[in-house]
Amino acid sequence: MDGIAIGGLSKRFGETAVLRDISLAVTAGEFVALVGPSGCGKSTLLRCIAGIEHPDEGIIRIGERDVTGLRPSQRDVAMVFQSYALYPHLTVEENIAVPLAMRRLNAAQRLPFIGMMLPGTCGVRHSIAEDVRQAAQALGLGALLARRPGQLSGGQRQRVALARAIVRRPAAFLMDEPLSNLDASLRVQTRREIVAIHRAAGVATVYVTHDQSEALTMADRVAVMQSGEILQLASPAEIYADPQDLRVATFIGSPRINTLPAAAGTDGVLRTAGQIIGLRVDGAGPMTLALRPEDVQLAGAGIPALIEAVEFLGESLLVHLRHTPTGTPLALRLAPEERDSLPPNGEVALRLPLSRALVFNADGRRVAARALSPETALV
Amino acid sequence: MRTGAVWRRVRFRRKRLLSSTLAIPEPRLSARKCVTGESLAGWMLTAPAALAFATMLLLPTIATIALAFTDYELGATGLSWIGLDNFAELLHDRGFVIALRNTILYVTIVAPLSVLGGLALALMIEAGTRGRALFRAVFFLPAVSLPVAMASAWQYLLHPTIGPLNAALHAIGIDGPAWLSSSDTVLISLAAIGVWENLGFNLVLFLAGLTAIPRDLYAAAEVDGANNGWDRFRLVTWPLLGPTTLFVVTITMTRAVRVFDSVAVLTQGGPNKASQVLLYAMYEEGFTYFRLGYSAAITLVFLVIVLALVWLQTKLLEKRVHYA
Repeated sequence: MDGIAIGGLSKRFGETAVLRDISLAVTAGEFVALVGPSGCGKSTLLRCIAGIEHPDEGIIRIGERDVTGLRPSQRDVAMVFQSYALYPHLTVEENIAVPLAMRRLNAAQRLPFIGMMLPGTCGVRHSIAEDVRQAAQALGLGALLARRPGQLSGGQRQRVALARAIVRRPAAFLMDEPLSNLDASLRVQTRREIVAIHRAAGVATVYVTHDQSEALTMADRVAVMQSGEILQLASPAEIYADPQDLRVATFIGSPRINTLPAAAGTDGVLRTAGQIIGLRVDGAGPMTLALRPEDVQLAGAGIPALIEAVEFLGESLLVHLRHTPTGTPLALRLAPEERDSLPPNGEVALRLPLSRALVFNADGRRVAARALSPETALV
Repeated sequence: MRTGAVWRRVRFRRKRLLSSTLAIPEPRLSARKCVTGESLAGWMLTAPAALAFATMLLLPTIATIALAFTDYELGATGLSWIGLDNFAELLHDRGFVIALRNTILYVTIVAPLSVLGGLALALMIEAGTRGRALFRAVFFLPAVSLPVAMASAWQYLLHPTIGPLNAALHAIGIDGPAWLSSSDTVLISLAAIGVWENLGFNLVLFLAGLTAIPRDLYAAAEVDGANNGWDRFRLVTWPLLGPTTLFVVTITMTRAVRVFDSVAVLTQGGPNKASQVLLYAMYEEGFTYFRLGYSAAITLVFLVIVLALVWLQTKLLEKRVHYA
């Protein structure tokens, strides 16, 4: 199988376990985003795939080969760094040419002056220049070939780094937060370009980011990581709508998903602050009820809450409330024209569409929930 | 192959994504009226440094330059302007020519050895996992110790009969020379001491330069195919050390040109001027024979050499190793 396959990968830095028994398969042509908060191990995982870090346990396969013990250069991967990692003394053209020169020329042929006199050097240099020109054209760097990285803007530097990655047609692209140092508008634009490059090259891509919107918009599948583990690996839509772990539910989505403390009796009937909310779950004990802000609705009667602030976002209103019995903060999204219908004293009742409600047990695992009656929502 | 079509597709998508950026002109502040007050404050703030520079550096230099064209001798009641006579005499002064030749020889031995040695040691210490602080301190010791005291220690080490070096050589059957009193070996011995003095200083400068190289560049070099240490050195370490290397080379050459302490303590330029160097010749003319005018002429030659080195450094810095 082409692509990347990782099995049972573990890595410790001293006493701290950074990666715990990670398994992940990325098929050829697939774009997988590793997303998680700082220190979750996503960059370490990527560096293990690149061969810059070495795992304590587990195997990594790229294409048909077991590359676990191989050097980065033997793994046939290309990497893009957050810091761009361009060679500051080389021009754009020379920077893009480095991976080709390192592979197609031997040490003697790479020497300045003497190298050019050796047989074969000229021909290889010529073919390298042609490939560099194509990669540079693809990224719109044609006019900048003679510049040094220091003379380029952040966006242009990252393009050079991308060109250096695609010039060799590697078996896998590894990207370590390539857009983090760019400003917001450029980030959105470059995001689509990276996806286009990935589609055009058709190779397995692993993309590390702490920005969930990048992960959701770019990736075929998203792996949400925390504390050195992959909590869930699924398509962006599934990660958003059907999270299997409370940490995934709260990490993905902006504003944050609403969570209400709840409890299930031995009969499995779910109550929050003593109020039956019309759900029966598998299991008993303390639970967490979670609902996206856009799924919560205002109603004449239901869960009591008090409005704390209303934010106008243009296409919608974001209403911040507090659940009256427990004091839990909640958010809900409304159409802008609904502002006038909000009561002046701020006391409202909420209706939770049960088909959209997510229930997690005390360990944060998702539990199956069914409506008590055919009615779709509370009250 | 289909790659051509693929590239075209990427290019096409890129084009659609390009958007124009809006430039907003910044309002210009009219600050003309503050200028006089500001410049007065500026002058007052720089006054202490300017005063120190003028009295300690600029005036003595100008005085030296002026003296170099006179026949002034210490204690003389008058002096007369003799134009270039001092410099004409320098050309025919065997002592000065030997001093100049010895100084150049000394610099050509000390500068490359202590620069390359410092670099090699820095790379080794950087690559090692333990003992960095220890090695750094050990090699830096000569740079912070008193040169005269260290010279006395070297006098003992290199003593032809009681010195440990010759004792060690004797033990393996070699009769060591009289290191500091034979005209064949004296300059080499002094150069070895010079290398020892400069090595640690260069090492610390190189270590600082090495830590400033981003780790990501080494990672990128490895991914790009730099398999062995030599490739990574050629691709990353050496070019990125460029500014450091240039600085180290200039400072080492300047320090080597002004070699004085070890010569004054160990050989006084002897035997038979075999270790005579520029600054020691200058010192002898000025403070032994009291020919201050002539001594100033030697100082001027020294000054020109040092300024030429500094000029070369700035020129190169602008051209070759400036990456920003």
